[in-house]
Amino acid sequence: MLAWSTLRAEWFGNVRNDLLAGMVVALALIPEAIAFSIIAGVDPQVGLYASFAIAVVMAFVGGRPGMISAATGAMALVMVTLVKNHGLEYLLAATILTGSLQVAAGALKLGGLLSFVSRSVVTGFVNALAILIFLAQLPEFYGAGWQMYAMVALGLAIIYLLPRVTRAVPSPLVSIVVLTILSIVMRLDLRTVGDMGALPSTLPVFLLPNIPLNLETLLIILPYSLTLTAVGLLESLMTAVIVDDLTDTPSDKNRECWGQGVANIVSGCFGGMAGCAMIGQSVINVKSGGRGRLSTLFAGLFLLFLILVLGNWVQQIPMAALVAVMIMVSIGTFSWSSLTSLRTSPKSSSIVMVATVAVVVITHDLAQGVMVGVALSALFFAHKVSRLLAVTSKHAEDESHRRYTVQGQVFFASANKFTAAFDFKEVLEHVTIDLTHAHFWDVSAVSALDTVVLKFRREGTAVEIIGLNEASATIVDRHAIHDKPDALELLLKH
Amino acid sequence: MTTTGKAVLTCVDGSIYTDSVCQHAAWASQRLSAPVHLIHVSTPPLSYDGPADYSGSLRVGEMSTLLEKLTEVDEARGKLDHRKGELIVEHARAVLGAAGSPPREVLHRRGSLVETLAEQEAAAQLIVLGKRGEHADFATLHLGANLERVVRAAHVPLLVAARAFSGIEHFAIAYDGGPSSEKALAYIVSSPLLRGLVCHLIMVGQDSAERRGELASVADKLTKHGFEVKTHLQMGRPNEVIAAYCEANAISLLVMGAYGHSRIRTFVIGSTTSAMIRSCHIPVLLFR
Repeated sequence: MLAWSTLRAEWFGNVRNDLLAGMVVALALIPEAIAFSIIAGVDPQVGLYASFAIAVVMAFVGGRPGMISAATGAMALVMVTLVKNHGLEYLLAATILTGSLQVAAGALKLGGLLSFVSRSVVTGFVNALAILIFLAQLPEFYGAGWQMYAMVALGLAIIYLLPRVTRAVPSPLVSIVVLTILSIVMRLDLRTVGDMGALPSTLPVFLLPNIPLNLETLLIILPYSLTLTAVGLLESLMTAVIVDDLTDTPSDKNRECWGQGVANIVSGCFGGMAGCAMIGQSVINVKSGGRGRLSTLFAGLFLLFLILVLGNWVQQIPMAALVAVMIMVSIGTFSWSSLTSLRTSPKSSSIVMVATVAVVVITHDLAQGVMVGVALSALFFAHKVSRLLAVTSKHAEDESHRRYTVQGQVFFASANKFTAAFDFKEVLEHVTIDLTHAHFWDVSAVSALDTVVLKFRREGTAVEIIGLNEASATIVDRHAIHDKPDALELLLKH
Repeated sequence: MTTTGKAVLTCVDGSIYTDSVCQHAAWASQRLSAPVHLIHVSTPPLSYDGPADYSGSLRVGEMSTLLEKLTEVDEARGKLDHRKGELIVEHARAVLGAAGSPPREVLHRRGSLVETLAEQEAAAQLIVLGKRGEHADFATLHLGANLERVVRAAHVPLLVAARAFSGIEHFAIAYDGGPSSEKALAYIVSSPLLRGLVCHLIMVGQDSAERRGELASVADKLTKHGFEVKTHLQMGRPNEVIAAYCEANAISLLVMGAYGHSRIRTFVIGSTTSAMIRSCHIPVLLFR
């Protein structure tokens, strides 16, 4: 029912701002697409074609209007060894496979899994990404003369100081133009984009990757595709959350998943590398007033126009200018406030964040870092909840009868604590265990209770259990009460 | 129809239709002996109107400063909307009170009218809203942006108020034999809303014995339920024929089925319903 109006609002609700923001984004995309191609070890045209294809496709199929997707650093970092060992054709095949896996993830509604990724893991991911992008710039300095350092410093100065004078022109673009003119005029001996490989001179053409279609190929590309799938979806969904927050509007996460997939399939078929949502570019888009799908579409189209028209000039851009832009991206992406909050936030959250960053920086694999982060957060959470268990006891009626009252959560992490709370050495006739206010979550909890009952029986003590039905109601698998609308009420009742 | 206790939802938006919408609602609530619920929905604008920064650079802590800035912009606008909404609601409450039907519930929400109505519909037996919305004078021939969407989404009858309310004595039924006009007939005979008023039964089409028979049998049914019925059959464009008839016979309410065709057909050739609402300058009671 709402389809028409929603569609109109998403496309044409904000035309003027969307077009201007799209332009700013397209200008900012050029250096990034080139730089990320260089990180991945492919010709700049692979990243540029990918950025065009992904941005345009995502404008139509994405689940988060106003979010910018293109060739990204996170994805480029994953594909480095694949390109080095097997070449471009395998990268294109891996890109198409990644897209298919993402479509499947969208169909299986895996977007909801993002709720298991805690805020600390997201922060860790973002920080790690910023660090990796920064580290990837360092090789440009090896063996470079003072001119390189001076140029990068000048580039950064323009990027950061120009906005104080005017905000009407993109300062990274001005920085690139100034550095390019300087290096041409002064005939500086600096590496340029043209030295890094071919630039596009034509529209991208449809071409399936030229590889043998057999099991061997699949085994080569599958591990990369799986990582690309995970990293791409993670960064896209996290970026979607950031844009949701910034614009105070909702997005469709599952649509975003399969949309990313479709965009990657198209990108792979047109000679582009795999990409995903870009945190930095999306923030730039929102900052420039972009809100609708038109901003994304226009960014893609304008990007293609620019690279076709300006191809010869793009070749002359010194690498120093790109390095400056990339340093800006890494500084802007890094969550600096997370450093100051290290002291104030709970220790477990800080550990999760730092561990995520550490694993990523060591392995150069964002997916592994996130896995470690998620596992750690789950452990910390289980540990915290396991402390919500109290066993109290008092004599009932006479000296030979004790009544234990269990309150709180009994599950694998607190089962030992539960067992240890009973005093089996005490000589008793009767023991009553009141479980009315306890929640038994799993098999470990049940077997811990069995152990307690058995031990008491061996001591010759008669055991009576009260409230077992209420306590075991939380073993939701068996009773499946989580399916019923009054599940929460059932859980809270006892 | 079990509508006892269900409310007349009155949707106001601060346009020049507000007073008339309230008066129509008061009239309906008194005839139906139903309570009035007053609804005002503040819709945030689609486009971004805060300051735009085209510097394209990312500074240290960009995300958090940007979030703060955007929140400030939205906050200021939100407060303004809130204040404006309160004024609209207060005004509507006063008009309803003066017309003898003070609202039982007042709902001031954020979001879209369609989604709010979908949430509130269960407690409603009739929805009253204006022909055109807040920007009515801007495009004189256009209907309110919300009207068609509300009509298509609604499951209860909709009373679309005209610019001014001037009592209702004679009403006309635009009868086409379709399922939604059957629904309209069923409502008329069973509901107290129009009981005792003079009914003009209009059909547009070629004069034939078959049509005459159909018209007569419908008129018969209405007469049986105590209505004084006049029938009229004429060739022509439905909206022109009916508008002219209403004008000539001092009809003060038009009853009709609405949007019987698919959205795509409507998109291509336009909608009879919309044309009718546009060309008749009287309130319209719609059934879907």
